[in-house]
Amino acid sequence: MRIEFYNGNVASAEGAIHAGCKFFAGYPITPSTEIAEHMALRLPQVGGVFIQMEDELASMAAILGASWGGVKSMTATSGPGFSLMMENIGLGAMTETPCVIVNVQRGGPSTGMPTLVGQADVMQARWGSHGDYEIIALSPSSPQECFDMTIRAFNLAEEYRVPVIILMDESVAHMSEKVMIPDEKDIKLVERKKASVPPSEYLPYKADDFVPEMACAGEGYNVHVTGLTHDEKGYPQATSPEVQEKLVRRLCDKIRENEEKIRDIEEIEMEDAKIALVSFGISARSCKSAMKKARKDGYKVGIIRLKTIWPFPEKYFEEISEKVKKFIVVEINYGQIKLEVERMVGRKKVVLLPKMGGDIHKPEEIYGKIKEVHNGN
Amino acid sequence: MEIEGEHHPLDEYLRADRIPHIWCPGCGLGTVLNGFLHALEETDIDLKNLAIVSGIGCTGRIAGYINVDSYHTTHGRAIPFATGLKLANPKLKVVVISGDGDLFAIGGNHFIHAARRNIDMTVICVNNYNYGMTGGQLGPTTPLESKTTTTPYGNIEHPFNLCHVAHASGAVYVARWTALHARRMKDSIKEALNKKGFSFVEIIASCPTTYGRRNKMPTGLDTMKYYKEKSVIKHGIEPEKADIEIGGEIIVGKFVDIEKPTFNEEVEKLIRRFHK
Ligand SMILES: Cc1ncc(C[n+]2csc(CCOP(=O)(O)OP(=O)(O)O)c2C)c(N)n1
Ligand code: SF4
Ligand SMILES: [Mg+2]
Repeated sequence: MRIEFYNGNVASAEGAIHAGCKFFAGYPITPSTEIAEHMALRLPQVGGVFIQMEDELASMAAILGASWGGVKSMTATSGPGFSLMMENIGLGAMTETPCVIVNVQRGGPSTGMPTLVGQADVMQARWGSHGDYEIIALSPSSPQECFDMTIRAFNLAEEYRVPVIILMDESVAHMSEKVMIPDEKDIKLVERKKASVPPSEYLPYKADDFVPEMACAGEGYNVHVTGLTHDEKGYPQATSPEVQEKLVRRLCDKIRENEEKIRDIEEIEMEDAKIALVSFGISARSCKSAMKKARKDGYKVGIIRLKTIWPFPEKYFEEISEKVKKFIVVEINYGQIKLEVERMVGRKKVVLLPKMGGDIHKPEEIYGKIKEVHNGN
Repeated sequence: MEIEGEHHPLDEYLRADRIPHIWCPGCGLGTVLNGFLHALEETDIDLKNLAIVSGIGCTGRIAGYINVDSYHTTHGRAIPFATGLKLANPKLKVVVISGDGDLFAIGGNHFIHAARRNIDMTVICVNNYNYGMTGGQLGPTTPLESKTTTTPYGNIEHPFNLCHVAHASGAVYVARWTALHARRMKDSIKEALNKKGFSFVEIIASCPTTYGRRNKMPTGLDTMKYYKEKSVIKHGIEPEKADIEIGGEIIVGKFVDIEKPTFNEEVEKLIRRFHK
């Protein structure tokens, strides 16, 4: 075990190295660039490859190719680049390609506020590519979590064969704190399930428990991989609604049905809470000081911090809404996670405390909202 | 579809269970696939280590018919996907086969940068002067004045000379043939496959259904006659002197064959600094 002093970006890059990432393709963009820079420094040291691509379309395509080449791969970007990655994130979901994408959120839309914080890519992370699919998205609140969650992101990507997105934000990315780096033996790593039968019996998209076994290039399985609707053989069946039905259901259900296993929520003072602050990333930190002051002043308030954002913990909210009277959603956007919370607990119970970007919530604003909600205004 | 007692000499290379293919009668793509497989047969490449990557289009479907690890990716992104594949597993022989629109319109940026970096891969572009898959629209290689569905009054855009683009971007091997030159095409593909670094072969091929029909070459045979009449072999010519104009001569041949360190070699050198 050793202690380092890292910002969130560097911590995430180190997390990737410790997860066994051997390929990074990216294109510079504030506020994520330190991840690419750190990977350029570190990958050759561990026998991996860094490449700066010509754009984010290429970066995303390259990490998919690398994953099929048999290695763990990652890219990092921010809003504009994240938008450019969308088509190939869809290819990753369709072809079930394990990979990790870090999106350090800044103020948007468009070029927006390149150097300042935002949290407005939450819905894009879930719905940004066309068609029905599911991905996994995690949201760290500290450099330590950037490290830990990047390792978890690789593990989830390998386990479920899905692109995993780390929805970081500029504040967390650029804040420096102590990061505990465990010894190698103490880091639990998950590897993709390899083809376990001979090539003659292997069906690349046959899945007994939602996730098929993966045969990469050069392993002798002659796999065909396509973004077209495909059957268990991997062959295009682009005019068969039956094949489409089966495939898309499985792509979605492999995540939906495992939501409780993927779920990671930090509950703070929720035992007797009547008001819950729902938040994630940097905003959850502002919530903490507000909650402490409110508790001192006698308000029964707690925090639900979403460390896993997607898949959304639907059942969790259904259950907790039986005892919580009001949910205040604190996020640096104009109401995105709020829509999800409303969907589960009903609009009447949800209050939004938004911020359009460029700044984080001040604890006093949140405290003010708690008081207001408590007093029934 | 299996025919009793009949065995095609290239069966071992094909996904026989996917034949018949989707291509139209008279399409040049079958000739290109045939040439590619014959070229492959003449190399020492271990099929286990061969990976074919395609983008989207009629040409993009080639990947799905060859019985090796094959990747049918997104429109324009075959080259960056192939870049990741090759860098992750340097043992692989990576070949990109795709259309003119895929590689030079939507994917043009990736082509020039992969050539510049000298990524170790072979890129084969089937240039059929238009977007076949989507029904015959203008593409980056459509000759001036040609009729396509989006240039109903004739094309007013200047086309790319693909071999010139490849050369200017840094490709170490550049050749052009038409589908008529079956043997020479095969020989060039073989040379490209055996070449270290970014090698490029352009094959001009018929698309009677969506291009030929609108441009006085309604059948594959008409196009072949046109190639026969117009092609001139000029090995070693400066690629910039090999522009293609409608009705003008089609200059074919091997234009570039040089040596340069590849991206993979440079990466390996870098890694060796830390792992002596
Ligand atoms: C992002 C995107 N835009 C557009 C398309 C539609 N599309 C499919 S193939 C194609 C053009 C193919 O032309 P070319 O690469 O020359 O291949 P050909 O069919 O002529 O062999 C287009 C525009 C697409 N699949 N994806
Ligand atoms: S449309 Fe053109 S390129 Fe496509 S299969 Fe038909 S002839 Fe070939
Ligand atoms: Mg074409």
